[in-house]
Amino acid sequence: MAFMKRTGGRNKLAAVMVIAAGLLVTGGGYAVATTVANPGQSAEYTQAQIEEGKKLFAANCASCHGKNAEGTGNAPSLIGVGAASVDFQVGTGRMPGQASGPQMYKKDVQFTQEQIDALAAYVASLAPGPAVPEAQYLETNGNTTRGGELFRINCAMCHNAVGAGGALTEGKFAPALTGVESKHIYEAMLTGPQNMPVFNDANLTPQDKKDIISYLKFVEKNPSAGGYELANLGPVVEGLFAWVFALGGIIAITIWLGAKSN
Amino acid sequence: MSTAVKKPGFLAERANYLDERVGVAGILKEFGRKVFPDHWSFMLGEVALYSFLVLLLSGTFLTFFFQPAMTPVIYDGAFGPLKGAEMSVAYESTLNISFEVRGGLLMRQVHHWSALLFVAAAGLHMLRVFFTGAFRKPREMNWIVGVVLFVLGMAGGFTGYSLPDDLLSGNGLRIIDGMIKGVPIAGSYISSLLFGGEYPGTAIVARLYGLHILLIPALILVFIVVHLFMVVIHKHTHYSGPGRKDTNVVGYPLMPVYVAKAGGFFFIVFGVIMLVAATITINPVWNYGSYDPSPVSAGTQPDWYIGWADGALRLAPSHLETYWFGYTWSWNILLPIIVLLVFLVLVGAYPFIEKWVTGDEREHHVLDRPRNAPTRTAIGAAGVTFYAVLWAGAATDLLATNFRLSLNQVLTTMQILLIVAPFIAFFVTKRICLSLQRKDQAIVLHGRETGRIVRMPHGEYIEVHEPLDKYEMWKLVDFKDYKPTLARPNAEGKITVSARLRAAVSRFYFEDRIAPVTAGELAAAHSHGHEEHAAIEAPKAEKAPAKKAAAKKPAAKKASAKK
Repeated sequence: MAFMKRTGGRNKLAAVMVIAAGLLVTGGGYAVATTVANPGQSAEYTQAQIEEGKKLFAANCASCHGKNAEGTGNAPSLIGVGAASVDFQVGTGRMPGQASGPQMYKKDVQFTQEQIDALAAYVASLAPGPAVPEAQYLETNGNTTRGGELFRINCAMCHNAVGAGGALTEGKFAPALTGVESKHIYEAMLTGPQNMPVFNDANLTPQDKKDIISYLKFVEKNPSAGGYELANLGPVVEGLFAWVFALGGIIAITIWLGAKSN
Repeated sequence: MSTAVKKPGFLAERANYLDERVGVAGILKEFGRKVFPDHWSFMLGEVALYSFLVLLLSGTFLTFFFQPAMTPVIYDGAFGPLKGAEMSVAYESTLNISFEVRGGLLMRQVHHWSALLFVAAAGLHMLRVFFTGAFRKPREMNWIVGVVLFVLGMAGGFTGYSLPDDLLSGNGLRIIDGMIKGVPIAGSYISSLLFGGEYPGTAIVARLYGLHILLIPALILVFIVVHLFMVVIHKHTHYSGPGRKDTNVVGYPLMPVYVAKAGGFFFIVFGVIMLVAATITINPVWNYGSYDPSPVSAGTQPDWYIGWADGALRLAPSHLETYWFGYTWSWNILLPIIVLLVFLVLVGAYPFIEKWVTGDEREHHVLDRPRNAPTRTAIGAAGVTFYAVLWAGAATDLLATNFRLSLNQVLTTMQILLIVAPFIAFFVTKRICLSLQRKDQAIVLHGRETGRIVRMPHGEYIEVHEPLDKYEMWKLVDFKDYKPTLARPNAEGKITVSARLRAAVSRFYFEDRIAPVTAGELAAAHSHGHEEHAAIEAPKAEKAPAKKAAAKKPAAKKASAKK
């Protein structure tokens, strides 16, 4: 403790200490405040779940994410990603990852929901992070008009106006949103998986998220009034259909008409 | 015979009435006896015509309910996810047509599908005309009218696409605004005049509406009338066949045969459009929401006929701006515009280019088989390929996601293909054409291979060839053959640069050529070593089984006999 004895002038490290303390207080305080104020949070986990999750993590995740979820050259650290992230990644089958590439594809879910909860409990125990959303925000009785508008402003540029998916750079993509559970849509907004940006609760409130989910579920459940939707992919598919089936069909008829007279 | 004067019937009286006043007999005699030949490929233009009629009918219905105003309103219609949203009157009335007006959605879909079909059929009709050489004298002007119609079709389609004022149409309009603003010096002024201020303004929908329902359809109608009138003046072309010459048309008269046929065909086309429109969604405007300049949806594309322009924009390399004379020149926009315009001008000018090369002043009413004009066909294939790559360029994002490719690699591949693929298409097509011509030549000279192998008394195996009948042979030998021209000196004894250029292009066109079989060559082929075959090729000859390998020998022998 040599530096404590010096009385003349301030210690060299004092400024660093003050900044560190300041950061700790504001950052920590902000983290606590946002965690506490986050109404999307739910579910306390038991110690047994955390223990079980740790075992599952060591067996299925640690080879890439590190023994203590600290991350390796192949995969990011999971400290602080929260239960929502685990529930989304494992719950949609993206994790455990099958092969490295521009983006992880959805595949069959590898774990039961109990196991996923245990994994989420373990990761959530490492550091505070976004939790699995409460059921009240996953209902589809929100304001679809508002949800549609929010979706077009925040999501449609990658996911298409009705969530049919779209391309990103270098083989990355925004997947189609049909057939995705409400919970997973919410978690994706909250945690920003893969190449998706994070839409935290300050950006889109839980009610906003609920409205977006309501809109997507409305579009999914109500088929187009105009007939078969052609995958909602827009004018390219319509043009292809016009050439191949409409014009193709008419040409087949012209050949038939021409052949009769010959 | 009967001496009693027969009282004219009801119809005859009416016909006489009309004839005395408007000379209907003369008109009918002129038009009603016009002869049209039968071939499926001659109906493609008809498909375009009928689609246009359907467009007029369904479009008129839509004008009863569509309101081209950009005044903001709060939607309170039947579609849930837009209730309470602010939108323009134009979009609201489009939604009302879709959800409230009885039959409105069907009519909207009929209108949109028939628009796609109209331009598609017109494009295919153009390709038929090009590849059969139907644009040659005296039809060069009609080709230009056709190209103008195609461009008008695109214009009509685009102005219609922009009317509903939903997110998709607004995004498309924004791209056009960007293209206009990319024009150096005048761009921002043109954009400002068009939109009545800064984009999007409050005027554009009403202005496009005027163009879409008045000016463009009127122009299309006028050009269609000119187009068809020229068909009547020129008479229809026909494919080569016995009795079919450049001086006649072989077919059936308009009255009554083609009036009935074409009338029936109209209903077939209408029926197909109705079937598609009743079962397949097109442009679900309610999905896109009201237009707002900030959002852009992924998968925003124009209708197919503007796709090649969108593709050109996407494929243009970025970072090409230059700063000249105090203005920014955005070559990433100007370059695609120039490419599109040059392409259209070349398409329009092609008949004149080819005529300059061949120097052919004759009238052509017998169509070419594409193989018999190898260089033209190859140029056409190169043009189609160029267009197709631009076209596919508009769908790079969909290709990337649906085939799990990298968007950047798809884009780079398209950029390379845009330059390379037309050349490949040219050479491959030309070689295929020449090979098909050689095949035709062999068939004319030696008949069709029957696969029947016969052993001659002295041990030789021959394959029996079935000679062609006169009619089939006519189709294979009746084509015009051009030879490369030399650069000749003009009256002053000088060989001009243009004469040299023409000679070079002529060599490019006609250096590789297969001349039609002459009567002399045919006689020579038949006289050589065929006496002994003649007896075998008589109908009573029995089938003689033989090994396949043996068949090759006489074939080779015959090939040598040709020379």
